[in-house]
Amino acid sequence: MDRHINVPLSDEDAKSLNYGDYVYLTGTIYTARDAAHKRMYEALANKEALPMEMKNNVIYYMGPSPAREGRPIGSAGPTTASRMDKYAPSLLDLGLKGMVGKGKRSQAVKDAIVRNGAVYMAAVGGAGALLSRSILSSEVIAYDDLGTEAIRKLEVKDFPVIVVIDAQGRDLYEEAIKEYGEQ
Amino acid sequence: MRTIDVSLVTDTIKDMCIEANHFLSEDMKNALNKAHDTEKSPLGCQILGQLQENLKIAGEDMIPICQDTGMAVLFVEIGQDVHFEGGNLEDAINEGVRRGYVDGYLRKSVVKDPIYRENTKDNTPAVIYYEMVPGDQVKLTMAPKGFGSENMSKIFMLKPADGIEGVKNAILSAVKDAGPNACPPMVLGVGIGGTFEKCAYLAKKALTRPVDQRSDIPYVKELEEEMLEKINKSGIGPGGLGGTTTALAVNINTYPTHIAGLPVAINICCHVNRHSVRVL
Repeated sequence: MDRHINVPLSDEDAKSLNYGDYVYLTGTIYTARDAAHKRMYEALANKEALPMEMKNNVIYYMGPSPAREGRPIGSAGPTTASRMDKYAPSLLDLGLKGMVGKGKRSQAVKDAIVRNGAVYMAAVGGAGALLSRSILSSEVIAYDDLGTEAIRKLEVKDFPVIVVIDAQGRDLYEEAIKEYGEQ
Repeated sequence: MRTIDVSLVTDTIKDMCIEANHFLSEDMKNALNKAHDTEKSPLGCQILGQLQENLKIAGEDMIPICQDTGMAVLFVEIGQDVHFEGGNLEDAINEGVRRGYVDGYLRKSVVKDPIYRENTKDNTPAVIYYEMVPGDQVKLTMAPKGFGSENMSKIFMLKPADGIEGVKNAILSAVKDAGPNACPPMVLGVGIGGTFEKCAYLAKKALTRPVDQRSDIPYVKELEEEMLEKINKSGIGPGGLGGTTTALAVNINTYPTHIAGLPVAINICCHVNRHSVRVL
């Protein structure tokens, strides 16, 4: 089912999404990958403030290539989400409502998704040039020294993703493989 | 004896870094087109269509095909009648990578130390393999390697008694574990034989062989074809979202090995299997 959804993601919208839905996101999302997650995790451990509000926000696991002059961003496809599995449950428990990446998630992340009524979505891996066209602007808001791994605030329009793990814990990767697998 | 100034190596490698990250080779484009024609899953077909569109945008607008523009892997085949002048060859190669990644708006993805992880900010150093060959030419193969798929690669030190069935199981288990993480449809480079590091090298080098070119060794060619068919029955599909196109090719290289061993390395690459080749 095709859905057009505004981000930040409301509790109602997150719960209404089903695995396999093709979703176009419009609004504001944030990027963070390995190094930014590690820093946020350490900040939480030290009882320090995070550089962004988690509640109802969506994190895109992505580190772009540099933008050419006059463009908002370079190539901007998803990175492998499982490397963030160690950190994701804490952020979900703080209200993070959506994650966009690619690849499998751990059981602990799935449990945190269900517990918090959140959702995990995949963008097409290796389609960074195409995906960059749905990003209207990009601004580094924290950890500038991390280069491509800095936290960026992105304005997106009709950014295409597919729901992989929904708020009920259903996993498209597990279901889809059954449909076409012959072994 | 032929003399080559290393500045030519630098300039050539700079161009190759930019070319490889914006344009896929014809064999890869043809393989993606063929997959789009034969894929049975509607969603899989839609994803393959997006990958084709992505390639078009990358070339036309000069945006890298994938934001992970990789760690630069260089195979340098040096004719034994070549003499380099004008500086250190390895420095010249790294300077080419530096200029390619900085001037070409490519992502800098290399950290100086695996534990302390400070970005080198120019994507150097490259991973360089030298090979001496007859003649007076230098063949450069530049293959930027993204780590989504690299992380899913595996080495198995099998026993001789495991035989070809053991090799097949190793390949299939690596693909199954990789699943959606390796950005399927993937290309598999497989090394069989040699020593621990030699078989990994064979696997990496196999990824640079055109995907429409099968092994010259009859049983290896059969193995490549059988594995591709089996992998495409796994159901993983484009993007791991289900379908009949999980891999575009399985390229296998072999080498003599020890009486006690059967090493197998599986180097997985995503559908952005990049390489650029130049002969100086």
